[in-house]
Amino acid sequence: MSASILELQDVNKVYRPMRREPVHAVRDFSLTVNRGEIVALLGSSGCGKTSVLRMIAGFEEVSAGAIRLGGRDIHGLAPAKRGVAMAFEGYSLYPPLTLKENIAIALKSQGIGREQYEAKVRTIAQLLEIEDILGRYPSSVSAGQQQRVSLGRALIREAALHLLDEPMGQLEPQLRAVLRGRIKHFIKEQRLTAILVTHDQTEANALADRIAVMEEGRLQQFDTPEEIKARPANLFTGTFIGEPPMNTLNATARLEDNLLKFHLEEDVVLGYPEDAFATGLRDRLLELEQVTIGVRPHAVKLGEQGVSAKVYANQWLGDQSHVAMHFAGSNLISVSHEHVPVVTGATVDIAFPVAELHLFDSRNGTALSHGGDPVEVPPVT
Amino acid sequence: MQHQSVLENWLRGIALALIVLFFMFPIFWILLMSLQTNETILRSPPSMVFSPTLSNYQAIFAGRLDSNAASLDIRFLGNLWNSIILSVGSVGVALLFGVPAAYAFARYKFRGSEDIAFTLLSFRFAPPLLVLLPLTSYFQTLGIADTYFGLIWVYQLICLPLILWIVRGYFEDIPADVEHAYRIAGHGWFATFRNIALPLARPGIAAAGLLAFIFAWNNFIFALVLASADKQPVTVGALAFVTASGIQYGQIAAAVVLSIAPTLALALYAQRYLVEGLSLGAVKG
Repeated sequence: MSASILELQDVNKVYRPMRREPVHAVRDFSLTVNRGEIVALLGSSGCGKTSVLRMIAGFEEVSAGAIRLGGRDIHGLAPAKRGVAMAFEGYSLYPPLTLKENIAIALKSQGIGREQYEAKVRTIAQLLEIEDILGRYPSSVSAGQQQRVSLGRALIREAALHLLDEPMGQLEPQLRAVLRGRIKHFIKEQRLTAILVTHDQTEANALADRIAVMEEGRLQQFDTPEEIKARPANLFTGTFIGEPPMNTLNATARLEDNLLKFHLEEDVVLGYPEDAFATGLRDRLLELEQVTIGVRPHAVKLGEQGVSAKVYANQWLGDQSHVAMHFAGSNLISVSHEHVPVVTGATVDIAFPVAELHLFDSRNGTALSHGGDPVEVPPVT
Repeated sequence: MQHQSVLENWLRGIALALIVLFFMFPIFWILLMSLQTNETILRSPPSMVFSPTLSNYQAIFAGRLDSNAASLDIRFLGNLWNSIILSVGSVGVALLFGVPAAYAFARYKFRGSEDIAFTLLSFRFAPPLLVLLPLTSYFQTLGIADTYFGLIWVYQLICLPLILWIVRGYFEDIPADVEHAYRIAGHGWFATFRNIALPLARPGIAAAGLLAFIFAWNNFIFALVLASADKQPVTVGALAFVTASGIQYGQIAAAVVLSIAPTLALALYAQRYLVEGLSLGAVKG
């Protein structure tokens, strides 16, 4: 038995609305999901992530490409025959049935015994904290409760694949944090395979084993949360993942006085020992007319000898300081977990350690290096 | 809770009474007329004081119209029966075809779907007489003129677009994902249509069916042209009371009372669905 359970191969989706231009929502999307894995499709709205999910479920036709689940092609099958379960973003509960009947709607057709049925519903209801409302109807409970029931209706099923479309968007923040852990535990314990669609990177980071970042219908990067954060494949992934977002600076690299110097706007220069960069990478940087330097806010070191920036806001969020600065013609944010006592208008010294630099080709955003190590094979974008 | 003064309540009551009186007066007057003889109806000035008689109803049930000049056979009960067959039949057929069609138009966008739906609606725009003349000759060639089958077919011009367009709106109001959730749980599209879509659209289907029934019941022109005496509904049959020796107002009134009774009863029975169906969406909350 192979480890992979779901394969998407060059999947495309083109919507052809009547009397309007066709929309190419998903482009050459390929993805392999392993058995027992939780994969998050992460992207901003309109990036095509829900289209991918609905093609797997069978509610949208695949314009081109193939989807295989457990070794068989499913992209031509009716939704009922695909063996997948799904939690819908809009809950989509059936109004005439109680919440309990809604959760168990798929168990009915499987013909399982009364005791097993009750036990399953009880487990799911406990997991989602909805035991006390099971007898009520969808219209009489809150949106968050409906969403939990909708999630329960998907999780109760034994399916080869569970599709979860924004499954926690309507929950209160505290409950969301609690349920995330519980749901992850449940999915792992039951050895389910799940694809989660979300625009919330906290949710993706917390739940997923691997994250597929999407933008404009294309897969930007597919890797573990740690790897995506540490080694973003391109400028989009780099700036999209991470809160607050990565600082970016446009620069031209030159070799002067045995230093590799990045010339920024307003004649600001960042200099590094030339051997901090691998030879091949250094040559590449010198060839390019412009590179984009990315530095995560927590990597901007305040008070260390380097260059200077002017503070225009300093916010203490209770557990971290966000210091906003003007630097080299753009805005820069620094995050630190101690209270930083700088005042607005002050000039501070900042430094960008070479190990924290992400360099991108300004022309197409492709990552060149992370922390001085070159990216081996630049991914195609 | 909103507080209202006694005066406001009184004024509201009076206003409602006036409105009810205004709209119900013709029906009330016809009810009174049906209990009078032609002489008391036609006296001047009209008076509400009379000794009620059931002779009009007796004449209708007996099927004999006795005027002071001659006596005439009428077949009003036959007409009533025809009305029931035609209305129930055509609404039944329209529901059978219209509801699945409405579902298809609501859920599946196929090439030309809007054009087809609009063409069906446009049947309602055409002046019936214009359609009837060529239709009559077709029906005679086909041998279905003056048959229940032919009439029910023509009545689809009234019922089908009505049901199609009202019910379509109901299906469109049901979020597609409610059906998707059922389908992904292992059910085919027909099971989904029957178990999910139909029950949710039921108030709309009931309202559309009732409206179609009323329109079919009240139709005059199709039956006048295409039906002979033994297939005529009440609307056409009432013409028989205009006799050579005068208009039998009492019997007409009794006939009108009898012919509005079924629709009135149906409307009262289905009032709940009608209000719910025409004012609220299919899925609340």
